[in-house]
Order: sequence, then structure tokens, then C-alpha cells
Amino acid sequence: MSLAIEARGVEKHFGEVKALAGVDLDVQQGSVVGLLGPNGAGKTTMVKVLSTLLLPTAGSAKVGGFDVVTQADEVRHTIGLTGQYAAVDEYLTGRENLHLFGALYHLPPAQVRARAEELLEQFTLTDAADRTLKTYSGGMRRRLDLAASLIAAPSILFLDEPTTGLDPRSRLGMWEVITSLVQQGTTVLLTTQYLEEADQLADRIVVIDKGLVIANGTSDELKSEVGGDRLEIVISDGARLNDAQSALARIASGDIVTTDVSRTLLAPISGGSTVLPEAIRALDAAGVKFDDIALRRPTLDDVFLSLTGHVAEEEAEPAPKRRGRKKRAA
Amino acid sequence: MSIATPTMQSANNAARPWYGWFVNDCIAVAKRQIITVLRIPQTLFFALFQPVLFVLLFSFVFGGAIPLPDGGSYREYLLPGIFAQTVTFAVAAATVGVAEDTSKGIMDRFRTLPVNQAAVIVGRSFAEMVERVLVITVMSVAGLVVGWRTHSSLFNVLMAYVMYLLFAYALTWMGIFVGLSVPSVQVAQTAGVAWVFPLTFLSNAFVPTQGMPVLLQHFAAWNPISCLALGGRTLFGNPTGTPGDAFPQQHPVLMAFVWSTAIIAVFSVLAVRKFRNKRG
Ligand SMILES: Nc1ncnc2c1ncn2[C@@H]1O[C@H](COP(=O)(O)OP(=O)(O)O)[C@@H](O)[C@H]1O
Ligand SMILES: [Mg+2]
Repeated sequence: MSLAIEARGVEKHFGEVKALAGVDLDVQQGSVVGLLGPNGAGKTTMVKVLSTLLLPTAGSAKVGGFDVVTQADEVRHTIGLTGQYAAVDEYLTGRENLHLFGALYHLPPAQVRARAEELLEQFTLTDAADRTLKTYSGGMRRRLDLAASLIAAPSILFLDEPTTGLDPRSRLGMWEVITSLVQQGTTVLLTTQYLEEADQLADRIVVIDKGLVIANGTSDELKSEVGGDRLEIVISDGARLNDAQSALARIASGDIVTTDVSRTLLAPISGGSTVLPEAIRALDAAGVKFDDIALRRPTLDDVFLSLTGHVAEEEAEPAPKRRGRKKRAA
Repeated sequence: MSIATPTMQSANNAARPWYGWFVNDCIAVAKRQIITVLRIPQTLFFALFQPVLFVLLFSFVFGGAIPLPDGGSYREYLLPGIFAQTVTFAVAAATVGVAEDTSKGIMDRFRTLPVNQAAVIVGRSFAEMVERVLVITVMSVAGLVVGWRTHSSLFNVLMAYVMYLLFAYALTWMGIFVGLSVPSVQVAQTAGVAWVFPLTFLSNAFVPTQGMPVLLQHFAAWNPISCLALGGRTLFGNPTGTPGDAFPQQHPVLMAFVWSTAIIAVFSVLAVRKFRNKRG
């Protein structure tokens, strides 16, 4: 398989600040790579270098086989970019925005109109197509922004924090859209602050911090480093901790840790939230009562803690909560 | 939800129109700009409000108090001066507009498209002129209402408007350059207008310059706003005051065109270069 994105030792300095301090990045054609990192890690800067908005201070990068420095025009024909903040005109209607981008991509007008209708329909924006973007919600703007990047059907798509600031429902909608794009064969580089998002969408995850890659692997590989999901249960009667432990042994994917003082039981699990009802049934069957039961997902902080020994410096917005996982077709 | 398989191949496969991609891109960007201006009535209102206010203020408040050396009507003297000031304000609209688009990421977004980079701002410069034409028209009407009249050939009147609009176009380019250079919209709001008022008052736009200290008289004589105001008075057949002996005062129309052309030449190159080099 060939590489859609290939970056070697990319550096970007802003005066004293080394936003990127030597990043290598490979993205296979047709795959999704999640660039994961806290605020200020250098995610946006990396996307801007790859999408020809910024010149690297050092290093080199190819996108779609074209050099981002010397063949910027060719790169621009290949890519679509949806930035961290929706960059569409708020005084134009949704449809007008799409027509504008279509014209700027040099598509024949008839094709632009047809493609715009197609995208409005698929992004459930048809009803809002004739309203100016001022009246759109955050989620609608981001969908329209993404639609604008797709008008020329780019083979490589950059998505910079596509769901930051969205409410959970819009976030889910965005995930579905991205998932179906990937199924069509688009190569996607997406940045995110949420481990769960990268987990949902990306084939490989590249973790960056302070302009450097600190981990790189599939979500399973990363999770095994971090410790994966855990079930945390507080038992009502501390004396029954051992009964609870044996009741849950079948469900846990590793050793269960119990803490007597807090009557707490920590069980590593795999399989996500479907395990929750199973665990409750197992406890019921054993006649063990509990005060609290919760699924603990590893967060970006957990990843950082285990990779770097320190927590992500800037407090990220709360990670999206999502019950039940949807498996993405490979 | 599924995204339909792309129905088209890569973008550059579309047939190139006979007028070329550059014009295509200019039109697309200009169209967006014009729609935007028309959709924000407040902006348009204030763009019109200020010059009209000036017409009324100067005609009715100061009009009686400012005697002209040659004894002509002050209102007829004033209007070409206010035209000059108003087209100078074109710089502010362009500066703020470009800075706003930059801060919203729209300029960056355009830069990731396979468009002719220069077209993005050339198209914009044309679109800005729509607002200028509107403003000049409204002001002319306001002028006619307060008693301003032209006393020259139709050709000369048209020449006067061409002169003003060309200068507006020149300052639009200056504004685009400044807008691309400033770090924020706030700075743009100051940088775009701060120097316009002093510059207009150091000219013959509102009052003859004979009362000024000699050094300032020299400055005012070469000030492009003076050239525009005096040029307009000459072309409209309005009272001119008593122009000095300095070359630009003797040939104000010529100098107005020279100024405009020079500003366009310098700032269009600077602005296009700035836009391209923003990758830094
Ligand atoms: N134009 C710029 N000028 C100066 N510093 C910048 C600029 N852009 C980004 N930075 C700095 O570079 C670092 C990385 O920023 P960014 O790529 O935006 O991070 P992220 O997108 O991961 O939050 C930050 O420390 C940021 O302050
Ligand atoms: Mg960012």
C-alpha cells in the first residue's frame, strides 16, 4: 500500500516556541490516523503544514505524493481541510457556501449544484440550506464546513478537532459522517483531544505532546499500555468483597483488584459498556448488593500519565460520554 | 448515513472557461463579498450614515462661519471635499473586512483551495467597489438636497466620479494590505481609520488652507485628499477657493490620478505578496 501522507522530521518554530520539534508521520492510503494530544501539543500546526498553510521550518512532507513546500498547488488539488473553527461564511446560506467552494475548486456549475444537493441531503442540512449560517447551531456549521471540504471529493481529508465544542448528539452525527467517508476510501488525518474519539474513528493513533510524537500504534496497543476500560464497583457490605470478586471473575479480562477500606472492586474489562449489564446480573445472581457501579474509560490523562508520567498540562474539555460502541466496518 | 461515491474526478478536470480560472475565481470571491455586504444592513447603513451626516453638519453648522476667499457658495465648495474624505475611508472598510475574514479562518480556508491566490484578493478589491459606488451615489443625492449643483459638462462630471472611484480603489488595496498585516480585528479597526481624520483635516477638504502655518500649507498642497477635493471642484465647476502655486494645486486632477495609480501599483503588489507569503 502506498502512503497518502509521509512526513519526516517536520519542525515548525514560532520564534522561541517549537510548536513541532521533529514529527514523523505515515498515513496509509485509505486509512484513518488520529493525531491525539492536549491543547498546545502542535496538532493544528501539523495539519497546517500538511495542508500548505504553513511552511515547515525544517523537515519535509509529502501529501498525495506531492511535496508540501514545492508542489503546494498539486497538494491543494488533492486535499480537503476542515479547520478547528468552522471557516465558512456566516452571511451566506448553506447552499451558497457550497456553491462558492465548488466554484473555487473549478468544478462545472451543473456538477456543483448537483453535488451540493447531494451533500446537503447526506448531512441532513437540506431544510436549512437557504438559511444563512448565522442561524446554524455549532454542529450544523461544522457539518456544513465538512461538506464544503468534500465538494470536490478530495482523496485526502484533514479534520482538525472535528467535534470539539459539539454537544454529544452532534458529535455522534459527526462520527457517523466521518465513518462513512472512510468507508468510501477517503484517507483521513484527524486531530482530537479525546482518546475515545481516536479509538472510535482511527485505525492508528499518533500521540503528540509538546511537538513530539510520544506514542504511535493501534488503539488496542495504546490501551494495553494505558490499561483499558475498568469496571469500578462499590460493594454495600465489605464482607462480601470476595463473593463479588468470584462472581465477576468470568467477566473481567484481567486480575480484579479489591480495596477493603473503600469496599471497592476494580475489574479490567474489554467489550465496553455491554459488560455493565452482564456485571449487574452476575452480582444479582450471587446476591451481592452494591452502592455504585461505573465504567471507567481511559482518558487522555490516563494515556499521558502512563506514557509520560505527567498529566496532560491543559485541562481538556470533558471527554465525550458514549454508552455502547458501534463497531466500524474495516 | 452514507456519503455517495464522488461523482466527479479531481477538480482540475473541469473545462476551463474561455475567460480563464483567474476571472472565474475573482467572480466567485466577489460574488460572496457582495452578498455579504448586502446581507449586513447595519454596516451599509453606517457606511452611508457618516458621510451624509458630514454633509448636513458642515452645510448647516459650519457653512455660515466659513467664508470663502473667492466668495463662492460654501456648500458647493464642501461637497467635493466630503467626497474626497469619504473615498479615503474606503481604506477602513477593506482593512476591517480582511482582518475579520483572516481571524475567522476564511482567508486560510481559501488558501488551501487550488485557486489562483491573487484572484482571492483581486476579486475582493472589485467587490468592495460596489459599496463605494453606493456610498458616492447616496452622498451625491444628499448634496443635491442641501443645494450642491454641478456647473460643467457631463464629461467633466463623469471624470470627477472616475477620479474619486479610482482613489477609492487605490485605498481599498491599501486597506487589504493593512488588513492582511495586522494581528487582529481590533488593531485593524484602529489602523484602518486612525490616520484618516488627521489627513483630511490637513487638506483643503473642508476649509481653504491659507489659514494654516506655511509648513502645513506645503503638506496640504501635496496631500492626495487636497488633490481630490480641488480636482473635484474643478471638474464639477464648483468654487475652488484660491489654489496655491504648488504643482499639485495647479494640476489637481492629474495629481489625483498619479496618486491613485501609484498607490494601486505599490499596494496591490504588496498585498498579493503578503497573501501568498502568509505561509511563513
Ligand atoms: N502563529 C503562532 N505564533 C506563535 N505561536 C504559535 C502559533 N501557532 C501556534 N503556536 C504555538 O504552538 C504550539 C502548538 O499550537 P497548536 O498547533 O495550535 O496546538 P494544538 O492544535 O495541538 O492545540 C502552542 O504552544 C501554540 O501557542
Ligand atoms: Mg488545535
